[in-house]
Amino acid sequence: MSADAVAMIDVRNLTKSFGSKYALRGVNLHVMPGESLVLFGPNGAGKTTLIRILSSLSRPSSGSVHIGGLNLATHSDGIRRYLGVVSHAPLLYDSLTAEENLAFFARLYDLQQPAARIAAMLAQVGLTSRRGDLVRTFSRGMLQRLAIARALLHDPEVLLLDEPDTGLDPQAAEMLHGLLTELSGRGAAGNGRAGAGPGPTKRTIVTITHSIERGLAIADRVVILAAGRIAFEADVRGMTPAEFRPLYDTYVGS
Amino acid sequence: MRFWKIVAAIIGKDIRAELRTKDIFSSMFVFALLAVIVFNFAFELRVPSMKMVVPGIVWVAVTFAGTLGLNRAFVIEQDKGSLAGLLLAPVDRAAIYFGKMLGNLIFITVVEAILLPLVMVFFNLSLLTGPHLLALFLGTYGFAAVGTIFSAIAVNTRAREVLLPVLLFPVLLPVLVAGVKMTGSLLDGESLSSLANWLRLIALYDVGFTVVAYLTFGFVMEE
Repeated sequence: MSADAVAMIDVRNLTKSFGSKYALRGVNLHVMPGESLVLFGPNGAGKTTLIRILSSLSRPSSGSVHIGGLNLATHSDGIRRYLGVVSHAPLLYDSLTAEENLAFFARLYDLQQPAARIAAMLAQVGLTSRRGDLVRTFSRGMLQRLAIARALLHDPEVLLLDEPDTGLDPQAAEMLHGLLTELSGRGAAGNGRAGAGPGPTKRTIVTITHSIERGLAIADRVVILAAGRIAFEADVRGMTPAEFRPLYDTYVGS
Repeated sequence: MRFWKIVAAIIGKDIRAELRTKDIFSSMFVFALLAVIVFNFAFELRVPSMKMVVPGIVWVAVTFAGTLGLNRAFVIEQDKGSLAGLLLAPVDRAAIYFGKMLGNLIFITVVEAILLPLVMVFFNLSLLTGPHLLALFLGTYGFAAVGTIFSAIAVNTRAREVLLPVLLFPVLLPVLVAGVKMTGSLLDGESLSSLANWLRLIALYDVGFTVVAYLTFGFVMEE
């Protein structure tokens, strides 16, 4: 990654259409290294499309995306090494155990000493005791915790989270939120990346959520997308949910 | 080197999952077995020589059962969202293609290894000879090479179970025709050298579609 890159994620004039239907219309977005950005917006606003483009799963119709100074259109293989993605689908194999899933992805990411890293990630998400169990036996909350372990396995600089708490019961959602709060640098464990050298390097995180409380708890900045455009963007550090609610209702609806 | 490590990882993952669930193998094998049994009863008293129908029976059973397996191979990835997990990894998309294709080839070959002795018992014909196995392997490779890329195309559509055979079988015709002709001629006692033109056709088909799939799989998987 380019060390002198200003923005970790630099999106310029991004448009995505499916036939005649536009999902994104000229989106410009900059996320600084170590920044935690939360995307709000109603269903169909283009949030997931944006995350899918950032994660190289979808190709934009026009516009450009640079991550860590690299152009996604020409360096997607290289950029994927620096991305960790968690979505509402766990992206795991339910016929494999938790440990086998992580071992498979460790081989795809060509990790050195994968066994130690896998053990560390399972411990971080509290699944060490279930390491040998088939993923199909996991609850939704456990699946999402394992999905986070998968996404963090290769110690990515950028974490993209697409409604990771969808379908979770309140208790599991709260547990997941605690984990994400730590990853965003707000928790006790901070946001240090393993093996990042002296002084932890903060992860850049982009999160989609519908929960104002959970979103603000991890956000440095929020963006509200509506009808494929950025309708609102602001630094929200220190802002309470009560202060943010009127803004949210204006752009998203109550 | 890393390319083939990724291919091996994907094959290993698919085999491990299949050994646990037997999702793909059981549907393929039961279908192939039923096809052979039904054809056996249908032709037993009406055909003067089984050599006339066995080549068709073998290739219909293999390709139809193989289509079931091809459908399952990507549907399992897509339904669990794990295909996106694969695509998010920093690996050459062609390695994903080869991993899935060689996995499919292994599953179909295992079904054939059990099916051929059964066909020999049912129809009292010898198929376990070098030339027969060579013809079957080359045809199966072509089927897996083309079928894997078409199943990757079909998996993103709503009518994927229907679309795959509709897309696949017209493209597969050269392999099917060559395979049936070779199996039939070998049963009639012809030597492999006399079937050089059919062998060349299947080999060219296999190489050509492997190259095409290698070059296009990345585009197929993009949204």
